[in-house]
Amino acid sequence: MKIVVIIKQVPDTETKIKVKADGSGIETDGIKYVVSPYDEFAIEEGLRLKEKLADDSTVTVVSVGPERTIESIRTALAMGADDAIHVNDPALEGGDSLATARVMAKAIKDHGFDIVFAGKQAIDLDQAQVGPAVAELLDIPQVNVVAKFELAADKTKATVSRRIEGADELIEVSLPALLTCEKGLNEPRYASLPGIMKAKKKPVKQVDLAALGFNASEVGAAGSHVKILKWLPLPERQAGKILKGMETQAAVKELVRLLREEAKVI
Amino acid sequence: MDFRLTDEQLALQQTVRKFAQTEMVPQAAHYDQTGEFPRSIIESAWKVGLLNESIPAEYGGLGLDGVSACVLTEELAAGCAGMTTSMMVNTLGQTPILVSGTKEQIEKWIVPFTKEFRFSSFCLTEPSSGSDVANMSTTAKKVGDKYVLNGRKCFITNGGVADLFSVFATLDPVKGHRGICAFIVPADTPGVSAGKKEDKMGQRASNTTDVIFEDAAIPAENLLGREGEGFKIAMKTLDRTRPAIGALAVGLARSAYEHSVRYARERHAFGMPIAMFQAIQFMIADMAKDIEAARLLTYQAAWMIDQGMNASKYSAFAKCFATDAAMRVTTDAVQIFGGYGYSKEYPVEKLMRDAKLLQIYEGTNQIQRMVIAREVFKESQ
Repeated sequence: MKIVVIIKQVPDTETKIKVKADGSGIETDGIKYVVSPYDEFAIEEGLRLKEKLADDSTVTVVSVGPERTIESIRTALAMGADDAIHVNDPALEGGDSLATARVMAKAIKDHGFDIVFAGKQAIDLDQAQVGPAVAELLDIPQVNVVAKFELAADKTKATVSRRIEGADELIEVSLPALLTCEKGLNEPRYASLPGIMKAKKKPVKQVDLAALGFNASEVGAAGSHVKILKWLPLPERQAGKILKGMETQAAVKELVRLLREEAKVI
Repeated sequence: MDFRLTDEQLALQQTVRKFAQTEMVPQAAHYDQTGEFPRSIIESAWKVGLLNESIPAEYGGLGLDGVSACVLTEELAAGCAGMTTSMMVNTLGQTPILVSGTKEQIEKWIVPFTKEFRFSSFCLTEPSSGSDVANMSTTAKKVGDKYVLNGRKCFITNGGVADLFSVFATLDPVKGHRGICAFIVPADTPGVSAGKKEDKMGQRASNTTDVIFEDAAIPAENLLGREGEGFKIAMKTLDRTRPAIGALAVGLARSAYEHSVRYARERHAFGMPIAMFQAIQFMIADMAKDIEAARLLTYQAAWMIDQGMNASKYSAFAKCFATDAAMRVTTDAVQIFGGYGYSKEYPVEKLMRDAKLLQIYEGTNQIQRMVIAREVFKESQ
């Protein structure tokens, strides 16, 4: 099987995000980038599927992003993926989910695929759109937020499960399909030291717009419907208010008034 | 001159840091309190390829260069110094074989470490011969085609868990260091046994025991190098592994430093975070600069060894400076935490206890200074 895994490079979860003074984005100096954590479940599931099949199946990692994205691609290769496609073109800058998915889908189509895994969402913008959009553009079924995956013996379909309130929802999906992965699907392995040594010798295909047959107006900010107007830092948390020196009855009354009129929660 | 780590070293650092913070840190207090041996954690580390890092690629190992090994060790030590010591002693036990063994010896005794999870250990110290190596009393007697070992080694890391020992013994105590030989001794050799387990002040996750040899007969082919070369092999081994102790100290100190910075910002006194006080700032500043200096000395020594240069003096600089720095940093960390620092509820007192051992093992810091002074006066002749 041709197993494809979509990954995104995102700021490390422990990064302290600072918005630029002019609101045009975030300060990127000193940010450490990692593979988006949900994408690690996707990589792991792809690798497990390959190991289970134990045939000539391959795991290919696809990522859209600038130069630095290669570090995250190498991490996926060090975990055990066979090869990678890195879509990198200055014209992709500022693309929305759909513009990114368009490029991603074409790269996956050109490579060929039997199943595609992605994270349920990237932890930077949390839009949860690229995976589903890629499935639509590839015209294949999709199941999102998958917590269990099992391939049928004949490899033409899979049974997946989604956690819903109070129950699990079991879905049979025909292949090829795209699945977005949820925490709990598996326990992602560490990139091993021997894996890191081998990763640098694994092929990473560098692809630009021309190679995918797009022109600059179809992608990036130019090809996007969603425009981010401004970035704002979160408002600082206000100090709590303590009602002191009041009779209990009066305090309760005042508390209810504050919750109603100031906090507007009741 | 380029002080940057390579992309590969950065990737290695990232994976080891993740391992140490996820698998080791949450368990460190438990193994410190109980003194149990964290076998399952070390086995996980083995699966990720974090052990036996210096076995050359031609023998199926990683063949990690010394600088990369320091990056690895620093990250592990920031997780737990005791666990790290056990892991590193695998390399220490293998190094005599790697530096002086024949191809056959390496294939027979080292290659299995690349295929299965096992421990090795280094038996040099004795109850009355620590720094004074030449004064050892464990004897080796040639009987036919075997050497028969008798004696007791002490403070042996992995003594109770090792599958393979590198053992130093003397043909004749009168000969001093010229009588010392190095041997490869499988742990299942009849007459080899582990003695009492030490109840240590710190690094309690590492297994430290006596190792006893009672008419333990090993084939003559298990001799490393030639008769009388043992002292040289031991010194060559320790020269190579000393930077790793520097790296261990850097990782341990870094952990104490990070706790201190965080606590200094959170803890308020006199209406402001204690980080606002110069007395605290100076301690933090000293920590930061000492850790950086220790790291640079450590990398330098490791780099020199990688280049095949004589690094005795530089290895001693690194080991001595970095471990003294770790002691200072962890002591100040306890001071910054105040009463909480002295309490086992908080992690820093463990770091201080762990740090003390670094000044003692793999050549006391007094021995390191002797090495440095000897080199200095040799150069000035």
